[in-house]
Amino acid sequence: MSDTHAQTVAFVRETEIPQSPPPALEAGAVKWVRENLFSGIFNTVLTLLALYVVVRFAIFVFPWFYNGVWEASSRKECLDILREAGKGTGACFAVLVDRWDHLVFGFKYPQDGYWRILLAFLLLIVAAGPALFSSLPRRMLLFTAFYPFLAFWLVWGGSLWLPLTILGLIIATMLVFRLISSQIPVNIRQIVSGVIGVICGAGLAYLLFIGAQELVFIANSVGTEGMIAPIAYGVFWIMAIFAFVFCVPMGIFVGYAIYNSYEDGGLVSIVASLLFGYLAFVYLLSPIWMALNSIIPIELQAVASRDMGGFMLNMLLGTICVSLSIPLGILLALGRQSPMPLIKGVCVVFIEFIRGVPLITLLFVANVMLAYFLPPESNFDLILRVIIMITLFSSAYIAEVIRGGLAALPKGQYEAADSLGLDYGQATRLIILPQALKISIPGIVNVAVGLFKDTTLVSIISMFDLVGMIRGPIQNSTEWTSVYWEVYGFGAMLFFVVCYSISQYSQWLERQLNTSHH
Amino acid sequence: MTTLADPHKESFRLSMLLNDTRYRSLTFQFIALVAIIATMAFIGGNLVRNLAEAGLNISYDFLGAQAGYDINQRPISYDSQDTHGRAAMVGLLNTLIVAFLGCITATIIGVVAGVLRLSPNWLVRKIMAFYVEIFRNVPVLIWILIIFSIMINAAPAPNAFRGDEPTASMWLFDSIAVTNRGVYLPKPVWGAGSLLVVGVFIASIIGIFLFRRYARKQLFDHGKLIPTFWPSVALFFIPVILAQLVLGTPVSLEYPALKGFNFRGGITILGSLIALWFALSIYTGAFIAENVRAGILAVSKGQTEAAGALGLRPGRIMNLVVLPQALRVIIPPLISQYLNITKNSSLAIAVGYMDLTGTLGGITLLQTGRAIESVLLLMLFYLIISLSISFFMNIYNNTMKLQER
Repeated sequence: MSDTHAQTVAFVRETEIPQSPPPALEAGAVKWVRENLFSGIFNTVLTLLALYVVVRFAIFVFPWFYNGVWEASSRKECLDILREAGKGTGACFAVLVDRWDHLVFGFKYPQDGYWRILLAFLLLIVAAGPALFSSLPRRMLLFTAFYPFLAFWLVWGGSLWLPLTILGLIIATMLVFRLISSQIPVNIRQIVSGVIGVICGAGLAYLLFIGAQELVFIANSVGTEGMIAPIAYGVFWIMAIFAFVFCVPMGIFVGYAIYNSYEDGGLVSIVASLLFGYLAFVYLLSPIWMALNSIIPIELQAVASRDMGGFMLNMLLGTICVSLSIPLGILLALGRQSPMPLIKGVCVVFIEFIRGVPLITLLFVANVMLAYFLPPESNFDLILRVIIMITLFSSAYIAEVIRGGLAALPKGQYEAADSLGLDYGQATRLIILPQALKISIPGIVNVAVGLFKDTTLVSIISMFDLVGMIRGPIQNSTEWTSVYWEVYGFGAMLFFVVCYSISQYSQWLERQLNTSHH
Repeated sequence: MTTLADPHKESFRLSMLLNDTRYRSLTFQFIALVAIIATMAFIGGNLVRNLAEAGLNISYDFLGAQAGYDINQRPISYDSQDTHGRAAMVGLLNTLIVAFLGCITATIIGVVAGVLRLSPNWLVRKIMAFYVEIFRNVPVLIWILIIFSIMINAAPAPNAFRGDEPTASMWLFDSIAVTNRGVYLPKPVWGAGSLLVVGVFIASIIGIFLFRRYARKQLFDHGKLIPTFWPSVALFFIPVILAQLVLGTPVSLEYPALKGFNFRGGITILGSLIALWFALSIYTGAFIAENVRAGILAVSKGQTEAAGALGLRPGRIMNLVVLPQALRVIIPPLISQYLNITKNSSLAIAVGYMDLTGTLGGITLLQTGRAIESVLLLMLFYLIISLSISFFMNIYNNTMKLQER
């Protein structure tokens, strides 16, 4: 067989021929274009359509942007300049130059105080750094803890000693906790526990007694006329009787419980430090900071909350409400997971109620309703009421995200914590939350971005945030009426920069935290 | 006789309420109950005192009082002589209208954008990513205001349609007028015998369903593929048109016409409704697009490849194999997007669309000064809407779920 083959084949190639280059249509840019843009009739049509849209958009936007007038004192002047230059379309960016301060800081913040806001913003980046990037030195977290007090002073002004004294009292309270929980011998702690138990028990009984009186007062003013009123009347009376019956037993029980915890010191140290903190804030705060301030006055011009405005207000509301609502959200999520029906029920009702209504109705509550629910002599200003309501709002959403994280943890983690003999607090703090929070980070960031965008809603209850500033003072002014693309575009850009970078950070963090090995 | 296995009969001690896990949860709940009652006492007492100080009381009588303000979009008959209660109902219907329209268009936009974000076409993919990122990262209020401003400033005023040389003209054989006050559409006029036309229309729709079911049965039982698309289209149009012709056009159209300073006749779609509708759909569409993309990516690649191996074309792979499976992942987040649209529709107040927030929480609140009652009622309405949407969507979700053995 092989013989005949050898005879018939005249030529056998002995060397390998060099590889020929791929066909021109299958290589480099041409291949990429063919595969990605023109791989079929449908795709080609789609590409041409998309190109058409892009080109039309560019033709529309570029001259407008390029011809933009940056220096003018009114829209009319802008149009005159454009007409003289013989340009058909053009943006009037002069409004941004003219009203820059208003857009960023609002129109009431003192002009010589702008550096304070900028400094607070720069320091915010420094303070947020260690919380956001774990590669930064852990010691920087000290600054993060200190930052809220500094930022409060920078933004609201007044004496530096006020936030410093608050900080000092908080540290003192924590020291009291440390002291009672570990440092002092048991027999002294027994005496301390007894004293604190008596104080707290008596105080609680007294509070409940007042509460019972208050409930009777409410019931009587509700009256029994109409359809709903008798039910409310009955409910309030039942609650009043409940409070009245239990005021003394509750006082005795709580007092005893505090006294009884002297051995391990857990409860008594918490209660004692809270008591100390409360008394210190009521009786020590103002004398101390005023005394310190009279010795070494360090003051900035005080700015009232209602003078905050512009994009600064959005940033303020966003940062404050997000940072306040994360701890609250964690508590709500844990409450919703709790096996205790009453606590679970309260959390479920709260979360579902908040998630069922639009934020704007909660802002209405802050605007017109909340004042009725607070003591007549208290005067919370609007911004504080808005902060309260937005915080409640976002905490409900964050609670749902964290609940998802808690539910995603394998049951073995809970059981392992139990088998190690950890109690609920330790298990939650050391085992459950670190893992659940890690899973929930992308969701929390989503809520934070959504919340930051929602801060523009305060413009509807006539606060002058960025949008309120544009809709109010700028578009209602004689010079800049009917300028809208430029200002709204600027606002959109500011929000885009912040929100997009946060979401990019979240994606980066997700990759960093992905420690599971698939 | 006691044995070792018997548990100790412990006498009850007070400290067991705190230290014994059997009783501790009861103790905590009791303390929580007391705390709740104390809070109620605090809030209620403040409320009663503040109201007494301001000389107010809680009463819903204002709902029966004459409203005295006009509403620019009235799905049910309403004029300024009607009550605040009826005004709130009109507002509620307006909220439902914009939420319903928004949900439909947002779903369409979202599904198209989400599918196109995974398109093999690089340019389309990038444009869709651009769209999603731009719209997701800017507040919806800014979008509503931008689109409303464009509506007002870019669309021609009604008097631009006037005169011998009008600067603006109507569309589609002078039937649609786009002005800065709104869009005017022809309105159907129901003449005598129109009931019959409607009956024919409903019958033809039922016919389409029956036909499609028959075709499906033929396909499954006998393997015969009967074309369904063009017969359905024919069934949809032809009987109605025939009925119209035979009965002498009982259903006619009333065209909008320029009278005085504005268009009269036809259906008016307010500029504020269009701005709100469009802004809500395009904003929420960006979120839905992301959900759709995630849902499609969640379907394993083997499904696409298997469908391809069976010889299905890309369009049919998407429609018959990938999307039905992706739907299970997409629907739960889609429900919360629908809820978001409903809740965000309350931003209507920024553009003067008279929804529930604009009537009950806006003018009624300001006119009557009944802040607490109005806001509570407003929240109650939204709560009912939200809860019923999630209730029905959850039922739908359960029917769509994978039936596991």
